[in-house]
Amino acid sequence: MTTTFAPLPTTASASNAAASTTTGSIVFEPTPRQQYLMRIGDSCLIHAQRLAEWSGHAPILEEDIALTNLALDLVGQARALLTHVGRQVGFDEDQLAFLRAERDFLNFTIAELPGRRAGRDFADAVLRNFLLAAWMNVLWAKLVQSGDAEVAAIAGKAVKESRYHVAHAADWVVRLGDGSDESARRMRQAVDRLWPYTAELFETDAVDTAAAEAGLGPVRAALRVGWQAIVEPVFADAGLQLPATGAFRSTGSRGVHSEHMGYLLAEMQTLQRSFPGGVW
Amino acid sequence: MTASATDLANAKAQAHEWPLWEVFVRPKAGLDHKHCGSLHAADPKMALQLAREVYTRRQEGVSLWLVRSDQIVASDPADKAMLFDPMEDKVYRHPTFYELPPEVGHM
Repeated sequence: MTTTFAPLPTTASASNAAASTTTGSIVFEPTPRQQYLMRIGDSCLIHAQRLAEWSGHAPILEEDIALTNLALDLVGQARALLTHVGRQVGFDEDQLAFLRAERDFLNFTIAELPGRRAGRDFADAVLRNFLLAAWMNVLWAKLVQSGDAEVAAIAGKAVKESRYHVAHAADWVVRLGDGSDESARRMRQAVDRLWPYTAELFETDAVDTAAAEAGLGPVRAALRVGWQAIVEPVFADAGLQLPATGAFRSTGSRGVHSEHMGYLLAEMQTLQRSFPGGVW
Repeated sequence: MTASATDLANAKAQAHEWPLWEVFVRPKAGLDHKHCGSLHAADPKMALQLAREVYTRRQEGVSLWLVRSDQIVASDPADKAMLFDPMEDKVYRHPTFYELPPEVGHM
């Protein structure tokens, strides 16, 4: 594998960097193996960022805490995976999270779609949380068997977290879907908005195939049956129809993102780009 | 407020608010569940999940009990004197006046 390193810009140290200074992006060519892990880690990270937007804004105080707890689980999973990848390419987790350009993020598009700030409904947050948690749960359960011992260890911890995420999110999907006319209407709208982006979660490509051949993890298509086994009964309980999957395919896992991603990254990265290496 | 006005206010509050639940956490196996607070939730399932989120996020426990607050039978604070003061002068109820034979050992 050839990995190229771009030198970090030699801006002033964190303590005296002016806020007007913006640190450039790190550059490296990830191997298929690294791309496979970045897709998972980036999806956890970006999903966590969207969940965190609900901090202070969830419908009830307790759910507010719950959503940020879930986000922190996801940040933990992202940290573990990005640290693992970063060690191979000479960067740390913070550099990977905060100093990568948009095209170098490989999260699934569904994770970056607008959240509360853009006026999307709580139903969207609930549904995305459920659809992604179910996908992650099936994936982690398989990654426990990964030939990469560190990935297997990360999965062993994450699978327990994701099992709870599924339970928590599924409960809300049913509560709103099978709730009042108004809540059911909003859930249906969320399904219409988000469902087209689920196709990407099962589109096997060369990166997946390489990972499967190397014993790193499953191809995406292999997750569909397990995912449907979680999603279908919950939709049935919620009185929601499973839409047909159309021809649209989102492309976040190849680094081509929606128009919402840049804004998300601007907010997420601004501190580290202004004060590189800054810590609490 | 008159009694009926209070009832009306309570009914209004109940119509718009989820019931209150008392949360009991068992810190570790073998210890008792201890009351640690309360929360609002629509039903038992939600109460359990939210209690987990709010009261065990720093590894405080291994088991949760949730009880609807309106299901708890409580003594009236105004009855405190009647209920509890009579015990004040009955120290002989503490089993500290008996001499244990040595063969009993620690009790």
